[in-house]
Amino acid sequence: MSNTAAEKVRTFDTRTQAKIAVESPLAYSYRRSGAPAPTAKSRVVLRERPFLGHLVLRGGAIVLDEAVREVLGVSLPGEPQGLVQDAEGVRSVQWLSPDEWLLIVPGGEEFELENRLRAALDDAHFAISNVSGGQTLVELEGEAARELLMKSVIYDVHPSHFPVGKGVTTVFAKATVILRRPAEERWELVVRRSFADYTYRWLLDAGEEYAIGVAR
Amino acid sequence: MFYIHCPYCGETREEEEFHPKGQAHIARPLDPDACSDEEWGDYLFFRDNPRGIHHELWVHAVGCRKFFNVTRHTVTYEILETYKMGEQPSITAEHPEGRPTDAVDQQASLRDGVRA
Repeated sequence: MSNTAAEKVRTFDTRTQAKIAVESPLAYSYRRSGAPAPTAKSRVVLRERPFLGHLVLRGGAIVLDEAVREVLGVSLPGEPQGLVQDAEGVRSVQWLSPDEWLLIVPGGEEFELENRLRAALDDAHFAISNVSGGQTLVELEGEAARELLMKSVIYDVHPSHFPVGKGVTTVFAKATVILRRPAEERWELVVRRSFADYTYRWLLDAGEEYAIGVAR
Repeated sequence: MFYIHCPYCGETREEEEFHPKGQAHIARPLDPDACSDEEWGDYLFFRDNPRGIHHELWVHAVGCRKFFNVTRHTVTYEILETYKMGEQPSITAEHPEGRPTDAVDQQASLRDGVRA
C-alpha cells in the first residue's frame, strides 16, 4: 500500500509490545477512595471503560466523512452535538466542533485505524491525533443516572433537550467533560486522565443517595 | 447567569462555558512596515469603550472552542446577537433595530458551519 501521508507524518503505535503493567486512570482512585460494589438497591452504576482508542479528527467535514465512511462504515455526524455509533455500538464518532470529531474505538484498534484513515485521506488537509492516553471513559447506567448528572453538570440533561445520540462538551463540577448519551439509560463521560480521580470522587459523593455501585 | 447562543454549536449555553476576548473587528494593518508608530500603537493597544452597543469577541472555551462575535449593550448587558467570525453584525450603533433586510440576507444560516 503506497502511503504517502505516512511518509510525511511519522506515526507510531503507542501500545508497546513490551510486557509493562498498565493501570487504568482510575486504578489509584479505587485503592484510595474504594469502590462500593453494586447492590440491588443501586439506582446508578458507574463503570470505567479504560484503554479505549481515542482519536481526534480535524479537517473539513466532507473529506473526513468520505474517509470515515470508507474505513469505519459510519457517517460523520454533520449536525452540531451529533453522536453516531456503528451497528455493534462499540465504535463511535462524535461532533466536537465544526472541524473536529472524536472517534472512540475498542483499545488496540486505534493505530491501524489511524493509518487506514491517513491512507484514505491521502493529500487532504487534515489532522489526526491519538489522545487515548490522555482521557478515559466513565459510564453511568441506571434510572438515577440523569438525576446524578443534574447535580453535576451545568447542561440541561432533560430527555427533551438531551435525546439519545447527542453529545456535548460542558462543565462537570469544576472540570471539563464530554458528556454523551448513547442509550436511553446509559450516559458516558469522557474525562481527562488528570481529572479522572476528581470526577470519580465527585460521582461517588453525589451518587451516595442513589446507592451508587462501581462495576469492575 | 447569562445564556449565550453559540453560532457554531447552534445552541444557547451557560455563560460559564464562555470567555470574553475584547473588542471585535480589529483589522491588522495590511502592511505593518508602512505604519506610523501612531497607527501601529492604535492597532495594538487602543480599544473603544462605548456606552451602548458594542461588538466583542468571545470564545466558547468549554465547548466547541471557536471564537465568535457578540453584539452586547454595555449599559443593560443585553446580548443582542451573536454571529460567526467573518460575518458582519446586523445590529450596530447606527442601526440599533437591525440593518435593512437586504444586508441581513447575506448572513449564512446557523447550521451550515460544517464547511470549515
